[in-house]
Amino acid sequence: MSFRIGVVTFPGSLDDRDAARAIELAGGIAVPLFHASDDLKEVQAVVLPGGFSYGDYLRCGAIARFAPIMNSIVTAANHGFPVLGICNGFQVLCESHLLPGALTRNSNLHFLCRDQKLKIENTNTMWTTGFKQGQEILIPLKNGEGSFQCDDETLNMLENEGRVIARYVDFDPNGSRNLIAGISNERGNVVGLMPHPEHAIESLTGPSTDGLTFFTSVLHQLVGR
Amino acid sequence: MAKIIVEVMLKPEILDPQGQAVASALPRLGFTFAKSVRQGKRFEIEVDGDPTPAQLAEVEKASETLLSNPVIETYIVKIEK
Repeated sequence: MSFRIGVVTFPGSLDDRDAARAIELAGGIAVPLFHASDDLKEVQAVVLPGGFSYGDYLRCGAIARFAPIMNSIVTAANHGFPVLGICNGFQVLCESHLLPGALTRNSNLHFLCRDQKLKIENTNTMWTTGFKQGQEILIPLKNGEGSFQCDDETLNMLENEGRVIARYVDFDPNGSRNLIAGISNERGNVVGLMPHPEHAIESLTGPSTDGLTFFTSVLHQLVGR
Repeated sequence: MAKIIVEVMLKPEILDPQGQAVASALPRLGFTFAKSVRQGKRFEIEVDGDPTPAQLAEVEKASETLLSNPVIETYIVKIEK
Protein backbone atom coordinates (compact mmCIF):
# COMPACT_ATOMS: atom_id res chain seq x y z
CA MET A 1 0.00 0.00 0.00
CA SER A 2 1.02 3.52 -0.47
CA PHE A 3 0.71 6.47 1.85
CA ARG A 4 -1.08 9.77 1.42
CA ILE A 5 1.08 12.84 2.03
CA GLY A 6 -0.60 16.23 1.98
CA VAL A 7 0.92 19.37 0.47
CA VAL A 8 -0.58 22.63 1.70
CA THR A 9 -1.18 25.47 -0.72
CA PHE A 10 -1.31 28.89 0.91
CA PRO A 11 -1.91 32.06 -1.09
CA GLY A 12 1.62 32.69 -2.40
CA SER A 13 2.96 29.13 -2.13
CA LEU A 14 5.30 28.39 -5.03
CA ASP A 15 6.78 24.95 -4.57
CA ASP A 16 3.63 22.98 -3.78
CA ARG A 17 3.66 21.26 -7.18
CA ASP A 18 7.34 20.34 -6.95
CA ALA A 19 6.73 18.96 -3.46
CA ALA A 20 3.81 16.89 -4.76
CA ARG A 21 5.98 15.62 -7.58
CA ALA A 22 8.73 14.63 -5.16
CA ILE A 23 6.21 12.70 -3.05
CA GLU A 24 4.90 10.82 -6.09
CA LEU A 25 8.42 10.04 -7.31
CA ALA A 26 9.28 8.70 -3.86
CA GLY A 27 6.32 6.34 -4.12
CA GLY A 28 3.67 8.20 -2.11
CA ILE A 29 0.33 9.68 -3.07
CA ALA A 30 0.40 13.48 -3.03
CA VAL A 31 -2.81 15.04 -1.73
CA PRO A 32 -3.36 18.79 -2.25
CA LEU A 33 -4.53 20.52 0.93
CA PHE A 34 -5.96 24.03 0.98
CA HIS A 35 -5.14 26.70 3.55
CA ALA A 36 -8.75 27.76 4.05
CA SER A 37 -10.00 24.31 5.04
CA ASP A 38 -9.18 22.44 8.24
CA ASP A 39 -9.62 19.09 6.48
CA LEU A 40 -6.46 16.95 6.42
CA LYS A 41 -8.16 14.51 4.01
CA GLU A 42 -6.87 11.45 5.86
CA VAL A 43 -3.25 12.11 4.94
CA GLN A 44 -0.55 10.42 7.01
CA ALA A 45 2.00 13.24 6.75
CA VAL A 46 2.17 16.83 5.53
CA VAL A 47 4.64 18.99 3.62
CA LEU A 48 4.51 22.77 4.02
CA PRO A 49 6.09 23.97 0.78
CA GLY A 50 8.27 26.92 -0.07
CA GLY A 51 7.07 30.22 -1.45
CA PHE A 52 5.88 33.53 -0.09
CA SER A 53 2.69 32.77 1.81
CA TYR A 54 0.57 35.89 2.18
CA GLY A 55 3.28 37.84 0.38
CA ASP A 56 5.64 37.45 3.37
CA TYR A 57 3.67 40.36 4.86
CA LEU A 58 4.38 41.23 8.50
CA ARG A 59 6.98 38.41 8.88
CA CYS A 60 7.55 35.31 6.77
CA GLY A 61 5.02 32.67 7.78
CA ALA A 62 3.37 34.91 10.39
CA ILE A 63 -0.04 35.06 8.74
CA ALA A 64 -0.01 31.49 7.36
CA ARG A 65 0.19 30.32 10.94
CA PHE A 66 -3.42 31.39 11.48
CA ALA A 67 -4.81 29.56 8.42
CA PRO A 68 -7.50 26.99 9.34
CA ILE A 69 -5.39 24.10 7.97
CA MET A 70 -2.60 25.02 10.42
CA ASN A 71 -4.87 24.42 13.43
CA SER A 72 -5.36 20.84 12.28
CA ILE A 73 -1.65 20.42 11.50
CA VAL A 74 -0.48 21.80 14.85
CA THR A 75 -2.85 19.50 16.75
CA ALA A 76 -1.81 16.47 14.69
CA ALA A 77 1.90 17.32 14.90
CA ASN A 78 1.70 17.45 18.69
CA HIS A 79 0.48 13.83 18.53
CA GLY A 80 3.40 12.65 16.39
CA PHE A 81 2.08 13.31 12.88
CA PRO A 82 5.03 13.86 10.49
CA VAL A 83 5.41 17.39 9.13
CA LEU A 84 8.18 18.72 6.87
CA GLY A 85 8.42 22.47 6.37
CA ILE A 86 10.64 23.59 3.54
CA CYS A 87 11.86 27.20 3.31
CA ASN A 88 8.67 29.22 3.83
CA GLY A 89 7.24 26.06 5.39
CA PHE A 90 10.11 26.14 7.93
CA GLN A 91 9.24 29.77 8.67
CA VAL A 92 5.59 28.77 9.18
CA LEU A 93 6.62 25.98 11.59
CA CYS A 94 8.68 28.44 13.66
CA GLU A 95 5.86 30.99 13.72
CA SER A 96 3.49 28.19 14.77
CA HIS A 97 5.86 27.29 17.63
CA LEU A 98 6.12 23.71 16.39
CA LEU A 99 9.84 24.45 16.07
CA PRO A 100 11.91 26.86 18.18
CA GLY A 101 13.74 29.91 16.85
CA ALA A 102 12.99 32.14 13.89
CA LEU A 103 14.25 32.80 10.36
CA THR A 104 15.45 36.33 9.72
CA ARG A 105 16.91 38.33 6.83
CA ASN A 106 20.05 36.84 5.28
CA SER A 107 23.06 38.52 6.88
CA ASN A 108 24.26 39.88 3.52
CA LEU A 109 20.72 41.10 2.69
CA HIS A 110 20.74 39.35 -0.67
CA PHE A 111 18.20 36.88 -1.94
CA LEU A 112 20.33 33.85 -2.60
CA CYS A 113 19.81 31.07 -5.13
CA ARG A 114 22.52 28.42 -5.31
CA ASP A 115 23.23 24.71 -5.09
CA GLN A 116 24.20 24.31 -1.46
CA LYS A 117 26.15 21.55 0.19
CA LEU A 118 24.72 20.30 3.49
CA LYS A 119 25.84 17.82 6.08
CA ILE A 120 23.14 15.58 7.53
CA GLU A 121 23.59 15.49 11.30
CA ASN A 122 20.57 13.59 12.58
CA THR A 123 19.28 10.48 10.84
CA ASN A 124 16.69 9.64 13.48
CA THR A 125 13.89 11.99 12.47
CA MET A 126 10.90 10.81 10.47
CA TRP A 127 12.27 12.62 7.41
CA THR A 128 15.99 11.75 7.56
CA THR A 129 16.29 8.03 8.36
CA GLY A 130 17.37 7.21 4.80
CA PHE A 131 20.57 9.27 5.10
CA LYS A 132 23.87 8.17 6.58
CA GLN A 133 25.12 10.08 9.61
CA GLY A 134 27.44 12.82 8.36
CA GLN A 135 26.38 12.35 4.73
CA GLU A 136 26.96 15.38 2.53
CA ILE A 137 24.21 16.30 0.08
CA LEU A 138 23.79 19.00 -2.56
CA ILE A 139 20.38 20.65 -2.94
CA PRO A 140 19.17 24.09 -4.04
CA LEU A 141 18.89 26.95 -1.56
CA LYS A 142 16.79 29.96 -2.51
CA ASN A 143 15.60 32.50 0.01
CA GLY A 144 15.93 36.02 1.33
CA GLU A 145 15.16 35.24 4.96
CA GLY A 146 17.00 32.07 5.83
CA SER A 147 19.12 33.10 8.77
CA PHE A 148 18.24 30.82 11.68
CA GLN A 149 18.24 32.76 14.96
CA CYS A 150 17.44 31.79 18.53
CA ASP A 151 18.71 32.58 22.03
CA ASP A 152 21.75 30.82 23.51
CA GLU A 153 19.62 28.60 25.71
CA THR A 154 17.61 27.31 22.74
CA LEU A 155 20.77 26.84 20.69
CA ASN A 156 22.37 24.75 23.44
CA MET A 157 19.21 22.70 23.78
CA LEU A 158 19.09 22.02 20.02
CA GLU A 159 22.76 21.04 19.95
CA ASN A 160 22.68 18.92 23.12
CA GLU A 161 19.56 17.05 22.03
CA GLY A 162 20.95 16.45 18.53
CA ARG A 163 18.07 18.33 16.96
CA VAL A 164 20.16 20.08 14.31
CA ILE A 165 19.35 17.85 11.33
CA ALA A 166 21.48 19.59 8.69
CA ARG A 167 24.22 22.21 8.57
CA TYR A 168 25.64 24.32 5.74
CA VAL A 169 29.05 23.08 4.56
CA ASP A 170 31.87 25.00 2.82
CA PHE A 171 29.88 28.24 2.56
CA ASP A 172 27.84 30.31 5.02
CA PRO A 173 24.90 31.55 2.95
CA ASN A 174 22.96 33.59 5.49
CA GLY A 175 24.55 33.95 8.94
CA SER A 176 22.47 31.21 10.61
CA ARG A 177 23.61 30.39 14.12
CA ASN A 178 26.00 27.42 14.08
CA LEU A 179 25.40 27.15 10.30
CA ILE A 180 22.02 25.55 10.98
CA ALA A 181 20.10 24.62 7.82
CA GLY A 182 17.43 22.49 9.46
CA ILE A 183 16.12 21.38 12.86
CA SER A 184 13.56 19.00 14.27
CA ASN A 185 11.21 18.97 17.24
CA GLU A 186 11.96 16.85 20.28
CA ARG A 187 10.05 13.84 18.96
CA GLY A 188 11.58 14.01 15.47
CA ASN A 189 8.26 14.07 13.61
CA VAL A 190 8.43 17.79 12.76
CA VAL A 191 11.36 18.93 10.61
CA GLY A 192 12.10 22.36 9.16
CA LEU A 193 14.67 22.81 6.42
CA MET A 194 15.70 26.00 4.64
CA PRO A 195 17.08 24.50 1.39
CA HIS A 196 14.81 22.68 -1.06
CA PRO A 197 14.99 18.87 -1.30
CA GLU A 198 11.97 18.84 -3.64
CA HIS A 199 14.12 20.54 -6.31
CA ALA A 200 16.76 17.81 -6.18
CA ILE A 201 14.86 14.67 -7.11
CA GLU A 202 15.80 14.16 -10.76
CA SER A 203 19.12 14.59 -12.51
CA LEU A 204 17.46 16.42 -15.41
CA THR A 205 16.34 19.36 -13.28
CA GLY A 206 18.31 19.24 -10.04
CA PRO A 207 21.97 19.33 -9.01
CA SER A 208 21.52 15.82 -7.53
CA THR A 209 18.80 13.42 -6.50
CA ASP A 210 19.75 13.73 -2.82
CA GLY A 211 16.49 15.48 -1.95
CA LEU A 212 14.39 12.44 -2.68
CA THR A 213 15.66 10.72 0.47
CA PHE A 214 13.63 13.08 2.69
CA PHE A 215 10.46 11.81 1.03
CA THR A 216 11.42 8.11 0.88
CA SER A 217 12.47 8.31 4.56
CA VAL A 218 9.03 9.34 5.75
CA LEU A 219 7.34 6.70 3.58
CA HIS A 220 9.56 4.02 5.12
CA GLN A 221 8.78 5.33 8.59
CA LEU A 222 5.05 5.21 7.88
CA VAL A 223 5.36 1.57 6.77
CA GLY A 224 7.02 0.75 10.07
CA ARG A 225 4.20 2.25 12.14
CA MET B 1 -9.64 60.17 17.50
CA ALA B 2 -6.95 58.36 19.47
CA LYS B 3 -4.56 55.97 17.87
CA ILE B 4 -2.99 52.99 19.48
CA ILE B 5 0.62 52.67 18.42
CA VAL B 6 2.52 49.40 18.54
CA GLU B 7 6.25 49.59 17.92
CA VAL B 8 8.11 46.37 17.25
CA MET B 9 11.90 46.09 17.41
CA LEU B 10 14.28 43.18 16.97
CA LYS B 11 15.78 42.14 20.29
CA PRO B 12 19.25 43.68 20.81
CA GLU B 13 20.99 40.32 20.45
CA ILE B 14 19.33 39.57 17.08
CA LEU B 15 21.38 40.59 14.06
CA ASP B 16 19.72 43.42 12.11
CA PRO B 17 21.33 43.45 8.66
CA GLN B 18 18.80 46.00 7.38
CA GLY B 19 19.72 48.44 10.13
CA GLN B 20 23.40 47.83 9.43
CA ALA B 21 22.86 48.53 5.73
CA VAL B 22 21.17 51.83 6.58
CA ALA B 23 24.01 52.69 8.98
CA SER B 24 26.59 52.10 6.29
CA ALA B 25 24.61 54.09 3.69
CA LEU B 26 24.35 57.21 5.86
CA PRO B 27 28.05 58.22 5.68
CA ARG B 28 27.99 57.74 1.90
CA LEU B 29 25.46 60.60 1.83
CA GLY B 30 27.56 62.71 4.15
CA PHE B 31 25.63 61.95 7.34
CA THR B 32 28.17 61.11 9.98
CA PHE B 33 26.06 61.23 13.14
CA ALA B 34 25.09 57.56 13.42
CA LYS B 35 27.00 55.18 15.64
CA SER B 36 24.55 52.41 14.79
CA VAL B 37 21.03 51.99 13.37
CA ARG B 38 18.37 49.41 14.16
CA GLN B 39 15.24 49.14 12.07
CA GLY B 40 11.79 48.26 13.40
CA LYS B 41 8.08 48.38 12.59
CA ARG B 42 5.33 50.73 13.70
CA PHE B 43 1.62 49.89 13.62
CA GLU B 44 -0.99 52.66 13.88
CA ILE B 45 -4.32 51.27 15.01
CA GLU B 46 -7.41 53.48 14.94
CA VAL B 47 -10.25 52.87 17.37
CA ASP B 48 -13.50 54.76 18.00
CA GLY B 49 -13.03 57.26 20.83
CA ASP B 50 -10.45 56.74 23.54
CA PRO B 51 -9.10 53.21 23.83
CA THR B 52 -10.64 51.29 26.70
CA PRO B 53 -8.59 49.11 29.07
CA ALA B 54 -10.28 46.08 27.49
CA GLN B 55 -9.18 47.19 24.02
CA LEU B 56 -5.64 47.79 25.23
CA ALA B 57 -5.57 44.31 26.74
CA GLU B 58 -6.64 42.93 23.37
CA VAL B 59 -3.93 44.97 21.63
CA GLU B 60 -1.34 43.52 24.02
CA LYS B 61 -2.53 40.04 23.15
CA ALA B 62 -2.47 40.77 19.41
CA SER B 63 1.00 42.29 19.77
CA GLU B 64 2.47 39.18 21.31
CA THR B 65 0.73 36.72 18.99
CA LEU B 66 0.61 38.40 15.58
CA LEU B 67 2.26 41.84 15.43
CA SER B 68 5.52 40.65 16.95
CA ASN B 69 7.35 37.34 17.21
CA PRO B 70 8.49 37.14 20.85
CA VAL B 71 11.33 34.82 19.84
CA ILE B 72 13.17 37.62 18.08
CA GLU B 73 11.24 40.83 18.77
CA THR B 74 9.98 43.08 21.55
CA TYR B 75 7.07 45.53 21.35
CA ILE B 76 5.72 48.54 23.15
CA VAL B 77 2.13 49.84 23.08
CA LYS B 78 1.47 53.59 23.24
CA ILE B 79 -1.56 55.82 22.83
CA GLU B 80 -1.34 58.87 20.58
CA LYS B 81 -4.01 61.54 20.85
